[in-house]
Amino acid sequence: MSESEIVLKVERLEKSYWGHLRLRRHRVLRGLDLGVARGEIFGLLGQNGAGKTTTIKIILGLVFPDAGSVRLFGRRNTVVSVRERIGFLPENPYFYEYLTGREFLDYMGRLFGYSEYERKRRIGSILERVGMSGRSDVQLRKFSKGMLQRIGLAQALINDPDLVILDEPMSGLDPIGRREFRDIILSLKERGKTVFLSSHILSDAEALCDRVGIVKDGVVSAEGRLEDLLRPTVRSWEVTFSGPRPADLGGAEILAVRGTETLARVTTEADLARLLEGVRAEGCRLIAVVPRRDTLEDLYLKEVGGP
Amino acid sequence: MKLWAIAINTFREAIRDRILYLILAFALIMIGAGRAVSLLTVGSEEKIIKDMGLAAISLFGVATAIFVGVGLVFKEIEKRTIQTLTAKPIRRSEFVLGKYLGLALVLFVNLSIMTLAFYGLLWLKGYLDVTLGKAIALIFVELLLVTAIAIFFSSFSSPLLSSLFSVTLYLIGHLSWGLPLMADRLESPAGRWICHALFRVLPNLEYLNIKGRVVHRLPVSGEDMVLAAVYGLGYTLVVLMLAVGIFRKRDFL
Repeated sequence: MSESEIVLKVERLEKSYWGHLRLRRHRVLRGLDLGVARGEIFGLLGQNGAGKTTTIKIILGLVFPDAGSVRLFGRRNTVVSVRERIGFLPENPYFYEYLTGREFLDYMGRLFGYSEYERKRRIGSILERVGMSGRSDVQLRKFSKGMLQRIGLAQALINDPDLVILDEPMSGLDPIGRREFRDIILSLKERGKTVFLSSHILSDAEALCDRVGIVKDGVVSAEGRLEDLLRPTVRSWEVTFSGPRPADLGGAEILAVRGTETLARVTTEADLARLLEGVRAEGCRLIAVVPRRDTLEDLYLKEVGGP
Repeated sequence: MKLWAIAINTFREAIRDRILYLILAFALIMIGAGRAVSLLTVGSEEKIIKDMGLAAISLFGVATAIFVGVGLVFKEIEKRTIQTLTAKPIRRSEFVLGKYLGLALVLFVNLSIMTLAFYGLLWLKGYLDVTLGKAIALIFVELLLVTAIAIFFSSFSSPLLSSLFSVTLYLIGHLSWGLPLMADRLESPAGRWICHALFRVLPNLEYLNIKGRVVHRLPVSGEDMVLAAVYGLGYTLVVLMLAVGIFRKRDFL
């Protein structure tokens, strides 16, 4: 990545919080580094408490780091005018419940200094984009979690930002809502925007992100393009056949037996060849041979130390 | 423009909050109660109505300034709406001053309604006296200062503590005139120094209290009014600057 392409650069970020009565200090970030290039979708992954939200809050200037630096579009993140190019959707957004969706967006538009005409124009188009045109005159207190998430996305996009920061954008959405959010995020990328998101939902991250960073114990333990992080080579094959079990399984591991059907796994091509030979020799019916590659979930579990 | 947007939203939030109407209703009842009390006590009906009316305006104005003021700032932090706001291109000082301005607007409207009710009662009883407006003007300056104090405390403490600190400072502010008298009676030089220092640092809200003087038709010069207003507004400015200083360094978790 050349310097001109970098939209967000985080270097050696450290942050700790004091516990109750300042008796204990809890270190959240321990020298976190990451960079996001123009036009990419970057996913920050990690367990609860790994430091994802703290990182986002430091990027936005909501929280001050103990050490390290954040640069947005080549400028310090604390420069107020930099935020004119940023949109932010917080996790579990809560907005002014006494306002209607339209009043809320109008308020947000005023914070960018837009004229009344400009606000109306932007609000109309953004409400349509997030699928909220019909419910915009209802008070936010009557909104469901999914609707709040949509209006939250609308306020994040009202300034047509170059960088959109989304903290757990899919939480609280039903499958259709998730799909629509995914489409909106992908459309932002198509329009040349940069998206930085944190997520627990690995399938969404895998479907959306060009690059990911996995946060563990306050540092990024793995970062890169998905195709580089996930080995393209086949890790194992799962073979399903029906009939008597062959005498020579060729080093295969039996995963499941259901009636006459057997599901077996082999990890080398040689073992696969031996198993298929055995299946043929026994006169079994071969149902499926499925190659298994690394998934983001495999990588995530390896990095964060899961099962 | 941005500061004004925050102020308007703060005003909108306050006027959609039931607490404000509750306080206002009590204030109007208290203003009206002056008439009832005058029937039960010995003394001039006119003075009792005026005394009770001005006291009600002052007391319920302060209640609004402290309880609504503390609540409005705390809610932004507690419900994390401040995260959405401060991620926008606004300075933290604009947030604090916008909130303050919105509250000042609420207090102005509140005070205007109470004043209208008070003057209406006085007109009905034939006691209408426009010089009472001088006391009400300084009550407004006092409310501006109390609001700044409430915002200052709520910039770093919980609503309960902020309310407690603000009420305490309000009470001290009306008693701080006694500090120099106390210093004269102390033998310890350190004690005397502390009393004088506290007298200079703590607000002296009695400068802004001319209720007794206007009720008893004692003269209040234009110079007295200007000096009191400059003192109150100057103190307000300093307290607001301190609140901004704290907000600028604060983490919004």
